[in-house]
Amino acid sequence: MKLIDEKKVTSGMKGRIFRNSLFKNIFLLATLLCLLFLIVLFWRILSQGLAYLDWQFLNSLPSRKPEKAGIYTALNGTLWMMAVVVPVTMILGIGTAIYLEEYAKKNKFTTFIQVNISNLAGVPSVVYGLLGLTIFVRALNLGTSVLAAGLTMSLLILPVVIVSAQEAIRAVPNSLREASYGMGATKWQTILNVVLPAALPGILTGTILALSRAIGETAPLVVLGIPLYLAFLPTSFLDEFTALPMQIYNWTSRPQAEFQNLAAAGIIVLLAILIIMNSVAILIRNKFQKKY
Amino acid sequence: MYKKGSILLSCLLLGMVFLTACGPEHLENHDINYDGAEVGSLEGEIIVDGSSTVFPIMEAVTEEYAMFQPHVRISVGVSGTGGGFERFVNGETDMNNASRAIEDNEILALEEAGIDFTELEIAYDGLSVAVNPDNDWVDYLTIDELKQMWIEDGTVKKWSDIRPEWPDEVIKFYSPGSDSGTFDYFDEVVLEGEQIVKDATLSEDDNILVTGVNGDKNAIGYFGYAYYSENKDKLKIVPIDGGNGPVEPTKETIIDGTYTPLSRSLYVYIKNEAVKKEEVYDFVKFMLNEVGNLAEEVGYVGLPQEKYDEQLEMMEHLHK
Repeated sequence: MKLIDEKKVTSGMKGRIFRNSLFKNIFLLATLLCLLFLIVLFWRILSQGLAYLDWQFLNSLPSRKPEKAGIYTALNGTLWMMAVVVPVTMILGIGTAIYLEEYAKKNKFTTFIQVNISNLAGVPSVVYGLLGLTIFVRALNLGTSVLAAGLTMSLLILPVVIVSAQEAIRAVPNSLREASYGMGATKWQTILNVVLPAALPGILTGTILALSRAIGETAPLVVLGIPLYLAFLPTSFLDEFTALPMQIYNWTSRPQAEFQNLAAAGIIVLLAILIIMNSVAILIRNKFQKKY
Repeated sequence: MYKKGSILLSCLLLGMVFLTACGPEHLENHDINYDGAEVGSLEGEIIVDGSSTVFPIMEAVTEEYAMFQPHVRISVGVSGTGGGFERFVNGETDMNNASRAIEDNEILALEEAGIDFTELEIAYDGLSVAVNPDNDWVDYLTIDELKQMWIEDGTVKKWSDIRPEWPDEVIKFYSPGSDSGTFDYFDEVVLEGEQIVKDATLSEDDNILVTGVNGDKNAIGYFGYAYYSENKDKLKIVPIDGGNGPVEPTKETIIDGTYTPLSRSLYVYIKNEAVKKEEVYDFVKFMLNEVGNLAEEVGYVGLPQEKYDEQLEMMEHLHK
């Protein structure tokens, strides 16, 4: 008696090989399609904006004359805002994730919180703008300041940061924690020295993606009433400012074609900031991944 | 956690320091007469918000003014005419840009809030109705025909419904979004409060309307004059008959009032209390002196000089 029916194997072979290459090609096509869109986007933006992208563009105020206009206030404003968003989101987001994963007991209440956080991640950004307008701009009387906008943006991305940080913390093997407890470490020591370093690459990936969203959002800023034209930079977190996406959005809606090219140049700068941020995240991630 | 946070933050801060280190170049000045306070002597803060249609004009005024009084901190927002009035009522802003006249309920709200204000007319805009350049049948439209086209009456609108000799093709509509002052004005003058045709493509970005009309032979759309004058090669303008024969929007017909009723005024509403402040008065004076030319530079039409002079007198009176 034979273990393998050779006839059956040979008759099915063709179909299996065909299906094998079929799926490979489908996936390849999917990847190429994504790449194609990306290339078209890049080509369009670079061909439009590159000519306008120079030192003067980074270093001038917006102007009615396209050849003189720049993103000096907008770029600085965005950096100021991120100086609020980054620490606030990291501290609140990772703190919440640690609490929910390491300290909180699994009961109905924490499940309720969990479900809510996941749902908040899907709320449109305009709604966060309205929330920020009511709480930060009006109730806390922060006005249209860097702080008010930064806190609003933090609220907007917190759900995503919390959920991804939770996933990362959950992925740390329990044996590591138990080994730490076995050495006599307290819970806090375990979290600080064992759990966080091991979860860091995952936490960072989620956080950076969320921060990229905060940099690119326009709608909540418009709702908050953030001004568009300023001839000065903020000197404190309570000063007014303007942000890059608002400037880009305004330029795309101007009637003169030159302004649309300026918008493209602004988008290149925004992309450059994102790439720098992502690179920093990757560097930090690689450093910690080697350790564990 | 501490470590990576501080690395990221220091990157951002570094970037900030780097950019702050080199201030913006000073733009060169040209044929602008400034007869206000001593150059650089004023300080203070002026908060302006409102219409994004008026924004390019205010941007230009602020840009020029900053060369004479760099220590007056002026910020100009784009919350829209209605959104801006809301902030104006709340006392958050000193001036509000508006692409339509203030509405009764807004006047009421301002009265309740105890805010006295003055309306300043700063420029004209001609709402331009345009069709595709390949459209060879439309020679002009009356306001009644426009209304017949644009209101929702449950039927699918064809060109032949408007005038029988026109083609039997479905009209494609492109209109600014209902939040915009441009829509409000069209609504008031043409639709007279009736529902806009529900097949209309609405967009807050007028460039999308231009692209839409340019891409479809049976399309019709309306937008600010600047969007037409920048895209003359992509659009065919429709002369409008407001009762005295068809008139095309041009600088001349808008300014002399023959392009009626689709030419509209753009306004700035200012808090009377703010005019008492030296820096606000100085800025408003500068604005009324220069805004005519600056508005033309960004695609709008300036008022006759005597209109600005009248308003200047009004401001002088308020300031005292």
